Amino acid sequence: MWIYEKKLQYPVRVSTCNPTLAKYLVEQYGGADGELSAALRYLNQRYSIPDKVIGLLTDIGTEEFAHLEMIATMIYKLTKDATPEMMKAAGLGDHYAIHDNALYYENSSGVPWTASYIQAKGDPIADLYEDIAAEEKARATYQWIINLSDDPDLNDGLRFLREREIIHSQRFLEAVEILKDEQGKKKFF
Amino acid sequence: MFTLYKTWHPIASPFDPCKPIVEKTFSTPPNLYIGFQPPNLPQFSPQEALRAGTLWKAFYDPYYNPFEKAKGGIPR
Repeated sequence: MWIYEKKLQYPVRVSTCNPTLAKYLVEQYGGADGELSAALRYLNQRYSIPDKVIGLLTDIGTEEFAHLEMIATMIYKLTKDATPEMMKAAGLGDHYAIHDNALYYENSSGVPWTASYIQAKGDPIADLYEDIAAEEKARATYQWIINLSDDPDLNDGLRFLREREIIHSQRFLEAVEILKDEQGKKKFF
Repeated sequence: MFTLYKTWHPIASPFDPCKPIVEKTFSTPPNLYIGFQPPNLPQFSPQEALRAGTLWKAFYDPYYNPFEKAKGGIPR
């Protein structure tokens, strides 16, 4: 079970009403390497992974939901008062036709989220290597969004999220080290 | 000198339609180098760590828009 704290992991500040930026950010909301994919990938893989690293997948998967919530807040703030005209000008006219200003799990091109974005191979090394790759891809996506964005307050939050991707990748790498460690080897203290 | 950004030079043709980018940069964050985290690494204070996104100074690698060097982007 989970315990919910009614606060964000890192404060989200947005300086301008900028639906175009929301269109790019939605990649991290419902995209292949986004936070929803990450959370569901880790929380699902943890059932069939050696028990030494289950806790890691639980922790990181849970944190990904906290990131998802930050991204959602950013997108919501960027679009909540946008008029249909502004949505159209931002390339979100087709989104508006379906969803009004609601958020939806889709990528920046409007393709709905699909479970084929995530994998569960049942092989611990294959799964952890997929997780490492996913973290590095999410890190790169944050870089490209920072490059596209001209909102310094928003970029501050994105920088925090990118740093977390680096830490998660590090922890998955350590999980591989734990699993590949020779069993039955003599330990000297 | 050690750096967390690496560069490479794509081939540029005189017939390239856009102005060629002669040097491309990519990020190689600290997690690629450290392996299993050694004990007793230097830490940020709790307040600094909450802002930085990590407790460990060795893993801190902030990213700034390289196209906006004037606004704090790391020149590279």
